[in-house]
Amino acid sequence: MNVNEISEFIAAVLMLAGSIMAVISAVGIIRFPDVYTRSHAGTKSSTLAVLLTLLGAFLYFAIAEAFVSVRLLLGILFVFLTAPVAGHLIIRAAYRAHVEMADITIEDELKEVISQKEEEKDQSHLR
Amino acid sequence: MAFQILVNIIIAVTWMFLQNSYTATSFLFGYIIGIIILFILRRFLVFNFYMNRVWAIIKLIMLFIIELIKANLDVIKIVLSPKLNNQPGIVAVETRLETNVEITLLAALISLTPGTVSMDFSSDGKTIYIHSIDVPDKEDMIEQIRNSFERAIMEVTK
Repeated sequence: MNVNEISEFIAAVLMLAGSIMAVISAVGIIRFPDVYTRSHAGTKSSTLAVLLTLLGAFLYFAIAEAFVSVRLLLGILFVFLTAPVAGHLIIRAAYRAHVEMADITIEDELKEVISQKEEEKDQSHLR
Repeated sequence: MAFQILVNIIIAVTWMFLQNSYTATSFLFGYIIGIIILFILRRFLVFNFYMNRVWAIIKLIMLFIIELIKANLDVIKIVLSPKLNNQPGIVAVETRLETNVEITLLAALISLTPGTVSMDFSSDGKTIYIHSIDVPDKEDMIEQIRNSFERAIMEVTK
Protein backbone atom coordinates (compact mmCIF):
# COMPACT_ATOMS: atom_id res chain seq x y z
CA MET A 1 0.00 0.00 0.00
CA ASN A 2 1.35 3.42 -0.82
CA VAL A 3 0.66 6.66 1.01
CA ASN A 4 -2.35 7.53 -1.16
CA GLU A 5 -4.15 4.28 -0.43
CA ILE A 6 -3.47 4.52 3.30
CA SER A 7 -4.88 8.03 3.50
CA GLU A 8 -7.91 7.05 1.43
CA PHE A 9 -8.40 4.19 3.88
CA ILE A 10 -8.34 6.67 6.78
CA ALA A 11 -10.97 8.79 5.00
CA ALA A 12 -13.15 5.71 4.50
CA VAL A 13 -12.83 4.75 8.17
CA LEU A 14 -13.83 8.29 9.22
CA MET A 15 -16.95 8.18 7.03
CA LEU A 16 -17.89 4.72 8.31
CA ALA A 17 -17.50 5.88 11.92
CA GLY A 18 -19.67 8.90 11.11
CA SER A 19 -22.47 6.78 9.70
CA ILE A 20 -22.32 4.41 12.69
CA MET A 21 -22.64 7.42 14.99
CA ALA A 22 -25.68 8.57 13.00
CA VAL A 23 -27.31 5.15 13.44
CA ILE A 24 -26.61 5.18 17.18
CA SER A 25 -28.09 8.66 17.43
CA ALA A 26 -31.25 7.45 15.65
CA VAL A 27 -31.52 4.43 17.97
CA GLY A 28 -31.14 6.78 20.92
CA ILE A 29 -33.98 8.96 19.67
CA ILE A 30 -36.23 5.89 19.51
CA ARG A 31 -35.19 4.39 22.85
CA PHE A 32 -35.15 7.37 25.19
CA PRO A 33 -38.40 8.11 27.05
CA ASP A 34 -38.91 11.88 26.74
CA VAL A 35 -37.97 15.00 24.76
CA TYR A 36 -35.22 16.04 27.12
CA THR A 37 -33.25 12.80 27.04
CA ARG A 38 -33.82 12.47 23.31
CA SER A 39 -32.18 15.84 22.78
CA HIS A 40 -29.01 14.38 24.33
CA ALA A 41 -28.81 11.80 21.55
CA GLY A 42 -29.97 14.36 18.99
CA THR A 43 -27.44 17.11 19.69
CA LYS A 44 -24.25 15.26 20.60
CA SER A 45 -24.18 12.15 18.46
CA SER A 46 -25.46 13.70 15.25
CA THR A 47 -22.99 16.58 15.61
CA LEU A 48 -20.10 14.16 15.80
CA ALA A 49 -21.61 12.08 12.97
CA VAL A 50 -21.74 15.08 10.64
CA LEU A 51 -18.24 16.12 11.70
CA LEU A 52 -16.73 12.71 10.95
CA THR A 53 -18.53 12.28 7.62
CA LEU A 54 -17.61 15.73 6.32
CA LEU A 55 -14.01 15.34 7.53
CA GLY A 56 -13.79 12.01 5.70
CA ALA A 57 -15.16 13.56 2.50
CA PHE A 58 -12.73 16.47 2.86
CA LEU A 59 -9.75 14.12 3.25
CA TYR A 60 -10.85 11.96 0.33
CA PHE A 61 -11.17 14.88 -2.11
CA ALA A 62 -7.96 16.47 -0.82
CA ILE A 63 -5.93 13.29 -1.40
CA ALA A 64 -7.56 11.47 -4.31
CA GLU A 65 -8.41 14.48 -6.46
CA ALA A 66 -6.03 17.08 -4.98
CA PHE A 67 -9.02 19.37 -4.46
CA VAL A 68 -9.14 21.28 -1.18
CA SER A 69 -12.79 22.05 -0.52
CA VAL A 70 -13.12 24.92 1.95
CA ARG A 71 -16.91 24.55 1.79
CA LEU A 72 -16.70 21.25 3.68
CA LEU A 73 -14.64 22.87 6.44
CA LEU A 74 -17.13 25.75 6.62
CA GLY A 75 -19.92 23.17 6.82
CA ILE A 76 -18.26 21.56 9.84
CA LEU A 77 -17.88 24.97 11.48
CA PHE A 78 -21.52 25.95 10.88
CA VAL A 79 -22.88 22.65 12.19
CA PHE A 80 -20.77 23.11 15.30
CA LEU A 81 -22.09 26.62 15.83
CA THR A 82 -25.76 25.81 15.27
CA ALA A 83 -26.40 22.29 16.61
CA PRO A 84 -26.10 23.07 20.36
CA VAL A 85 -28.18 26.23 19.97
CA ALA A 86 -30.93 24.34 18.15
CA GLY A 87 -31.02 21.64 20.84
CA HIS A 88 -31.11 24.30 23.54
CA LEU A 89 -34.01 26.18 21.93
CA ILE A 90 -36.07 23.03 21.30
CA ILE A 91 -35.93 21.73 24.86
CA ARG A 92 -36.39 25.21 26.27
CA ALA A 93 -39.57 25.61 24.21
CA ALA A 94 -40.67 22.11 25.26
CA TYR A 95 -40.22 22.93 28.94
CA ARG A 96 -42.11 26.21 28.65
CA ALA A 97 -44.96 24.38 26.87
CA HIS A 98 -45.21 22.04 29.92
CA VAL A 99 -44.13 18.87 28.15
CA GLU A 100 -44.09 16.06 30.72
CA MET A 101 -40.78 14.65 31.83
CA ALA A 102 -40.20 10.90 32.00
CA ASP A 103 -41.13 8.97 35.16
CA ILE A 104 -37.52 8.18 35.93
CA THR A 105 -36.75 11.89 36.36
CA ILE A 106 -35.69 12.55 39.93
CA GLU A 107 -34.82 16.21 40.13
CA ASP A 108 -36.27 19.46 38.82
CA GLU A 109 -34.79 22.73 40.01
CA LEU A 110 -36.29 24.81 37.22
CA LYS A 111 -39.95 24.19 38.14
CA GLU A 112 -40.21 26.76 40.94
CA VAL A 113 -38.55 29.47 38.89
CA ILE A 114 -40.87 29.01 35.92
CA SER A 115 -44.05 28.80 38.01
CA GLN A 116 -43.02 31.93 39.94
CA LYS A 117 -42.49 33.76 36.68
CA GLU A 118 -45.89 32.68 35.37
CA GLU A 119 -47.64 33.82 38.55
CA GLU A 120 -46.08 37.24 38.21
CA LYS A 121 -47.25 37.43 34.64
CA ASP A 122 -50.81 36.48 35.62
CA GLN A 123 -50.88 39.16 38.31
CA SER A 124 -49.69 41.82 35.93
CA HIS A 125 -52.48 40.76 33.57
CA LEU A 126 -55.10 41.16 36.31
CA ARG A 127 -53.89 44.63 37.12
CA MET B 1 -5.23 42.48 21.68
CA ALA B 2 -6.49 43.86 18.34
CA PHE B 3 -3.78 46.55 18.47
CA GLN B 4 -1.06 43.95 18.96
CA ILE B 5 -2.31 41.91 15.99
CA LEU B 6 -2.30 45.08 13.89
CA VAL B 7 1.29 45.85 14.92
CA ASN B 8 2.24 42.29 14.07
CA ILE B 9 0.70 42.55 10.60
CA ILE B 10 2.49 45.87 9.99
CA ILE B 11 5.81 44.22 10.94
CA ALA B 12 5.03 41.38 8.50
CA VAL B 13 4.23 43.83 5.68
CA THR B 14 7.42 45.78 6.43
CA TRP B 15 9.35 42.53 6.22
CA MET B 16 7.77 41.90 2.81
CA PHE B 17 8.84 45.38 1.64
CA LEU B 18 12.40 44.78 2.89
CA GLN B 19 12.57 41.41 1.12
CA ASN B 20 10.96 42.85 -2.04
CA SER B 21 9.02 39.60 -2.44
CA TYR B 22 5.26 39.77 -2.05
CA THR B 23 4.27 36.18 -1.42
CA ALA B 24 2.33 34.39 1.31
CA THR B 25 5.53 32.67 2.44
CA SER B 26 7.38 35.89 3.12
CA PHE B 27 4.30 37.30 4.89
CA LEU B 28 4.21 34.24 7.14
CA PHE B 29 7.92 34.55 7.82
CA GLY B 30 7.56 38.24 8.65
CA TYR B 31 4.60 37.43 10.90
CA ILE B 32 6.69 34.92 12.86
CA ILE B 33 9.46 37.52 13.19
CA GLY B 34 6.79 39.98 14.38
CA ILE B 35 5.69 37.50 17.05
CA ILE B 36 9.29 37.23 18.28
CA ILE B 37 9.70 41.05 18.33
CA LEU B 38 6.43 41.46 20.26
CA PHE B 39 7.54 38.74 22.68
CA ILE B 40 10.79 40.62 23.35
CA LEU B 41 8.93 43.93 23.76
CA ARG B 42 6.08 42.51 25.87
CA ARG B 43 6.98 44.62 28.93
CA PHE B 44 6.25 47.85 27.05
CA LEU B 45 2.79 46.78 25.90
CA VAL B 46 -0.28 47.87 27.83
CA PHE B 47 -1.91 44.44 27.65
CA ASN B 48 -0.45 40.99 28.06
CA PHE B 49 1.36 39.39 25.15
CA TYR B 50 -1.47 38.33 22.84
CA MET B 51 -0.04 34.92 21.94
CA ASN B 52 -0.92 33.86 25.50
CA ARG B 53 -4.55 34.36 24.58
CA VAL B 54 -4.16 32.51 21.28
CA TRP B 55 -2.62 29.65 23.25
CA ALA B 56 -5.61 29.73 25.63
CA ILE B 57 -7.97 29.50 22.65
CA ILE B 58 -6.06 26.50 21.30
CA LYS B 59 -6.24 24.85 24.74
CA LEU B 60 -10.00 25.50 24.85
CA ILE B 61 -10.47 23.88 21.43
CA MET B 62 -8.44 20.83 22.47
CA LEU B 63 -10.46 20.50 25.69
CA PHE B 64 -13.63 20.82 23.64
CA ILE B 65 -12.68 18.06 21.18
CA ILE B 66 -11.72 15.70 24.01
CA GLU B 67 -15.00 16.41 25.82
CA LEU B 68 -17.00 15.88 22.61
CA ILE B 69 -15.49 12.42 22.09
CA LYS B 70 -16.06 11.54 25.76
CA ALA B 71 -19.67 12.75 25.48
CA ASN B 72 -20.34 10.51 22.51
CA LEU B 73 -18.81 7.46 24.19
CA ASP B 74 -21.11 8.25 27.10
CA VAL B 75 -24.21 8.46 24.89
CA ILE B 76 -23.26 5.22 23.10
CA LYS B 77 -22.89 3.46 26.44
CA ILE B 78 -26.33 4.58 27.61
CA VAL B 79 -28.10 3.98 24.28
CA LEU B 80 -26.72 0.50 23.74
CA SER B 81 -27.12 -0.74 27.32
CA PRO B 82 -29.89 -3.37 27.44
CA LYS B 83 -31.82 -1.60 30.18
CA LEU B 84 -32.30 2.13 30.57
CA ASN B 85 -31.52 2.74 34.23
CA ASN B 86 -30.30 6.33 34.06
CA GLN B 87 -31.97 8.99 36.17
CA PRO B 88 -32.33 12.31 34.36
CA GLY B 89 -32.96 15.62 36.07
CA ILE B 90 -32.56 19.38 35.91
CA VAL B 91 -29.75 20.96 37.88
CA ALA B 92 -29.10 24.66 38.46
CA VAL B 93 -25.49 25.77 38.05
CA GLU B 94 -24.17 29.14 39.14
CA THR B 95 -21.65 30.80 36.87
CA ARG B 96 -19.09 33.54 37.47
CA LEU B 97 -18.92 34.61 33.86
CA GLU B 98 -20.26 38.06 33.03
CA THR B 99 -20.55 39.02 29.37
CA ASN B 100 -23.13 37.49 27.05
CA VAL B 101 -20.53 36.03 24.72
CA GLU B 102 -18.86 34.11 27.54
CA ILE B 103 -22.13 32.72 28.85
CA THR B 104 -23.29 31.68 25.38
CA LEU B 105 -19.98 29.93 24.81
CA LEU B 106 -20.27 28.14 28.15
CA ALA B 107 -23.83 27.01 27.37
CA ALA B 108 -22.80 25.69 23.94
CA LEU B 109 -19.88 23.82 25.48
CA ILE B 110 -22.13 22.37 28.19
CA SER B 111 -24.50 21.13 25.49
CA LEU B 112 -21.69 19.14 23.94
CA THR B 113 -20.18 17.69 27.13
CA PRO B 114 -20.97 14.25 28.57
CA GLY B 115 -24.51 13.89 29.85
CA THR B 116 -25.55 17.55 29.97
CA VAL B 117 -27.66 19.87 27.83
CA SER B 118 -28.16 23.51 28.77
CA MET B 119 -31.88 24.27 29.08
CA ASP B 120 -32.53 27.77 30.30
CA PHE B 121 -30.92 30.84 31.78
CA SER B 122 -32.14 32.76 34.80
CA SER B 123 -33.26 36.31 34.06
CA ASP B 124 -30.10 37.85 35.54
CA GLY B 125 -27.91 35.51 33.51
CA LYS B 126 -26.07 34.21 36.58
CA THR B 127 -27.51 30.70 36.58
CA ILE B 128 -27.67 28.11 33.83
CA TYR B 129 -30.25 25.33 34.14
CA ILE B 130 -28.82 22.07 32.87
CA HIS B 131 -30.65 18.90 31.96
CA SER B 132 -28.41 16.05 33.06
CA ILE B 133 -28.92 12.53 31.82
CA ASP B 134 -27.77 10.87 35.04
CA VAL B 135 -28.08 12.96 38.21
CA PRO B 136 -26.88 10.94 41.25
CA ASP B 137 -23.30 10.10 40.39
CA LYS B 138 -22.77 12.92 37.91
CA GLU B 139 -23.37 15.99 39.99
CA ASP B 140 -19.85 16.34 41.34
CA MET B 141 -18.39 15.50 37.96
CA ILE B 142 -20.50 18.16 36.26
CA GLU B 143 -19.23 20.73 38.72
CA GLN B 144 -15.69 19.69 37.96
CA ILE B 145 -16.16 19.86 34.18
CA ARG B 146 -17.93 23.17 34.49
CA ASN B 147 -15.04 24.55 36.53
CA SER B 148 -12.53 23.46 33.92
CA PHE B 149 -14.59 24.96 31.08
CA GLU B 150 -15.30 28.13 33.01
CA ARG B 151 -11.64 28.57 33.85
CA ALA B 152 -10.62 27.96 30.23
CA ILE B 153 -13.13 30.55 28.98
CA MET B 154 -12.02 33.06 31.62
CA GLU B 155 -8.43 32.59 30.52
CA VAL B 156 -9.43 33.44 26.96
CA THR B 157 -11.40 36.58 27.76
CA LYS B 158 -9.65 37.97 30.85
